[in-house]
Amino acid sequence: MSAARSTLAGAVVATLRRDLLIAYKRKNDLFNPFMFFVLVATLFPIGISPEPEALGEISAGVLWISALLASLLAMDNLFRADFEDGSLELLMLSPHPLYFLVLAKNIAHWLVSGLPIVLVSPLIAYMLNFPEGAYSTLVLTLLLGTPVLSLLGSIGVALTVGLGSRGLILAVITLPMSVPVLIAGTLTVSQTLEGASLSGYLAIMGAMLVAALTLAPLASAAALRISVN
Amino acid sequence: MDKQPSDRTEQVETLTPLLAVDDLFCERDERVLFQNLSFRLAEGQVLQIKGGNGSGKTTLLRILCGLNDNYQGLIRWRGELLANCVEKFHDGMLYLGHRVGVSKVLTPRENLLWSGHLHRQISADEMDAALAQVGLQGFEDSQCFTLSAGQHQRVSLARLLLSEARLWVLDEPFTTLDVRGVTFLENLIGQHSDRGGSVLVTTHHALAVDGLTELTLGVGQMPRGSLS
Repeated sequence: MSAARSTLAGAVVATLRRDLLIAYKRKNDLFNPFMFFVLVATLFPIGISPEPEALGEISAGVLWISALLASLLAMDNLFRADFEDGSLELLMLSPHPLYFLVLAKNIAHWLVSGLPIVLVSPLIAYMLNFPEGAYSTLVLTLLLGTPVLSLLGSIGVALTVGLGSRGLILAVITLPMSVPVLIAGTLTVSQTLEGASLSGYLAIMGAMLVAALTLAPLASAAALRISVN
Repeated sequence: MDKQPSDRTEQVETLTPLLAVDDLFCERDERVLFQNLSFRLAEGQVLQIKGGNGSGKTTLLRILCGLNDNYQGLIRWRGELLANCVEKFHDGMLYLGHRVGVSKVLTPRENLLWSGHLHRQISADEMDAALAQVGLQGFEDSQCFTLSAGQHQRVSLARLLLSEARLWVLDEPFTTLDVRGVTFLENLIGQHSDRGGSVLVTTHHALAVDGLTELTLGVGQMPRGSLS
């Protein structure tokens, strides 16, 4: 109406700020995925074998699977509270494109649930006798891969947020989409160890990230409209 | 400089109704909620939607503000079909639903800052003034889970004060308010209407607002919406 209408950037920043603030105030939600990641990864040596050689061989897979499960666990926080208190409706009735607002929520969510996992992964990798020389690759693949997991998960959450009892349905929707990321991530690490060139594999992961960034919020936004309906 | 053209557009705007609904039909769970529902909402008009529990009041409001698209019929915003002017419509409309959109872990100020910025830029002073006006002075920085349901409702009323929307869509806004809150909101609706704004409101409460019009939704036996 008047000149005071907020800019798109203003609305996106406000949404990002709000979600980060909520995460900060709900410290439980903040630490749950992180703790889950650490716990799952530490259980493998106990369950399989504490032998350094055996651990080193499976460590990349363990880290990636733990990251995948942790991101799945964290997903539910993304829209649920907003759906229940009605904030989601406000978001959808904003004059700004829902795509960018959903993207802002996704970014905030990754910053509090994905980034800590990426940051702690070298430590857990060390514990699992991860082969030397591939640490940077591991962190890089997680850095490219966890946002994709987050973005894909957000589609599933958006679809199921209106359901009373969700149970495993979120996992059933999300996991098949996440498998390619898991394959690409572990493959990149193992290829590095065999001395192959990194760039091709990283390019594939980068392409996945770009595709997820551009397409997933669209799907999430559409799914949210259906859920709120 | 551009005075003349803007005057002309304003004139056109007063001629076409703010919101025009034609032949609205909605069915839920194989039960017809309403059919052939048509009405106009002019600028400055306050329309109270009445009807028993389950008669589709909330559904109607959610359809009108675009949250529900399970309907047939035409809805026009300033003469334009709703689907073609979503952005303009969302710019000029403010919806206050059952779920008030107040996050419990945030403070009233943080909540308002976000919901306000989705629509327009608001300054800290404006926000403090609005919170004081709705009677939340002293509670600006307490987390919302320490506040009562009525106070949550008051946080959402502050959104009305900060908004420049022409159309307010209020779904049962009185339920959790105390007597003074009710009077305050009635005055607010009156002032909004005096300034040329329109209000769609559902409530079972007898509204003390001048020039109130009513629309009754029948339950089953009276499918035709009647405007009185």
